[in-house]
Amino acid sequence: MNETLPDRESVLREKSGHPAVAAILTWKPEALTDARWDREELTLTIAREEIIAAARVVQQAGYNFLEDVTAVDWFPAQPRFQISYHIISHPHKERIRLRVMIDQADSSLDSITPVWPSANYYEREVFDLFGIRFDGHPNLRRIMMPDDWTGHPLRKDYPVEGYR
Amino acid sequence: MTEVAGTPILEAPLATGSADQTMVLNMGPQHPATHGVLRLVLEIDGEIVVRLYPEIGYLHTGIEKTCEAKFYQQVVPLTDRIDYLSPMHNNLCYCLAVEKLLELPIPDKAQWMRVLLGELTRLNSHLVWLGTHAMDIGALTVFLYTFREREDILRIFEHVSGQRMMTSYFRIGGLAMEAPLDFFDRVRSFIKTFPEKIDEYSNLLTGNPIFVNRLQNVGHLSAADAIALGVTGPPMRASGIDFDLRRDMPYSSYEKFQFDVPISQRCDVWGRYLVRLEEMRQSVRIINQTLEGMPEGPVKADAPKIVLPDREKMKTQMESLIHHFKIVTEGFAVPAGEVYQGIESSRGQMGYYVVSDGTAKPYRVHMRNPTFASLQALETMCQGRSISDVVAVIGSIDIVLGEIDR
Repeated sequence: MNETLPDRESVLREKSGHPAVAAILTWKPEALTDARWDREELTLTIAREEIIAAARVVQQAGYNFLEDVTAVDWFPAQPRFQISYHIISHPHKERIRLRVMIDQADSSLDSITPVWPSANYYEREVFDLFGIRFDGHPNLRRIMMPDDWTGHPLRKDYPVEGYR
Repeated sequence: MTEVAGTPILEAPLATGSADQTMVLNMGPQHPATHGVLRLVLEIDGEIVVRLYPEIGYLHTGIEKTCEAKFYQQVVPLTDRIDYLSPMHNNLCYCLAVEKLLELPIPDKAQWMRVLLGELTRLNSHLVWLGTHAMDIGALTVFLYTFREREDILRIFEHVSGQRMMTSYFRIGGLAMEAPLDFFDRVRSFIKTFPEKIDEYSNLLTGNPIFVNRLQNVGHLSAADAIALGVTGPPMRASGIDFDLRRDMPYSSYEKFQFDVPISQRCDVWGRYLVRLEEMRQSVRIINQTLEGMPEGPVKADAPKIVLPDREKMKTQMESLIHHFKIVTEGFAVPAGEVYQGIESSRGQMGYYVVSDGTAKPYRVHMRNPTFASLQALETMCQGRSISDVVAVIGSIDIVLGEIDR
């Protein structure tokens, strides 16, 4: 059984030497709203407005490759959407997950394309399938669904069979 | 019906060049050199590509949404359909992710079999790549040679799993069943002659001046661009970045095998060709090691509530019959949590992100597919080159539209 560190306090206590945690704490401890160490994976929850800055900070700390951006819809819970960023480090040979929680009410978020241009397609996919808008994205169009499609299929209140 | 995002639908952003100098050309979605239904909107100045915009989604089948309506074990056959050239890698990545959620230890033999079949899958995929890539360039013969060997691999797959392409042979908790008795002999006899075949392809292509001229110094991608644009796998290693998940973040007992990670500093299509050829040789090395040291033991984890019982047991033991019935009708609950499992597939870093809410159906399954990301680098690699180079570059990132669109 692997050790689980369920909250911010325990992660800060046990993992303060971790390069990503240390870098964020040096930069702005209050931007880290929650943290979790579970099944050998580190999840850092970042305040919504700080995501670009946090991405830059972990990039400086050696987490140089953005592997994936995706979302989870926790409908009907609030805050509804979770955006997960998986970032891999070539020097540390390790992966971290940054997480941002956003409400249905303002389902928009800063795009991290200025930090990693590869976020372009991933964010378009999240926009297409979840309807989350990324501010500052260079080309926020649907990518999978037809341009005239109505609705966002991966939302939990969208039926699996569609509306037909 | 919920809120509909009212973002304006933009035209393809190709309106910068003045109309009398450049023209917009649609390549695909039914173009043979785009390897499926990829549409490229090219803005060209004569023969020269000014801008390039990949339009994808023609094969989107909503697999991620479908997964949410299935039991965990029912998702395995869906994963084959994502990348139909490396089905075993998709099976493996999904199974590893769920096994991580379940914290389920896998017997050694199952892990080694996964490595063996994973490397055969890599050979299979690279053979299709080599054949079609050479065919795009104009060397049709190689296609016939590579598909001859690929057929042998597909026969091995059929022998072990009953299916040539959509194998679904890896299951949560191990393998679907024991391999047939003569399986290892068949792999052994295939792998014994295969290195000569790689030399044969190499003899046909590596010294061929037409092929070499079409590939060298085409599709330049610097190391910094590769990282910025999310390129992984052989194209990344051909840009001089020495990173391979099999060696650097090992899974499924890859840490027990000796192999080299080929890299090239050339940053062009030729470099990617050399890297993939060498990867095939390294895969042969790994397969030889699995054949020599294959451990004995079961191929399924000892977890009766998760792994389906053997047919024999199910017919004779009440307990097994109940477990079988429960797994098939109700699935099995997976502890709540989220995991991301990455593996090195034939095309680059594949990743499965599985979120569980503690029920028998996955709350969310997301696939990170390598060529979906690599496609973003296409414009960088093609700008300022002629249209015929676009075909070479597409071949060099080895796209499979099934996994791009999902």
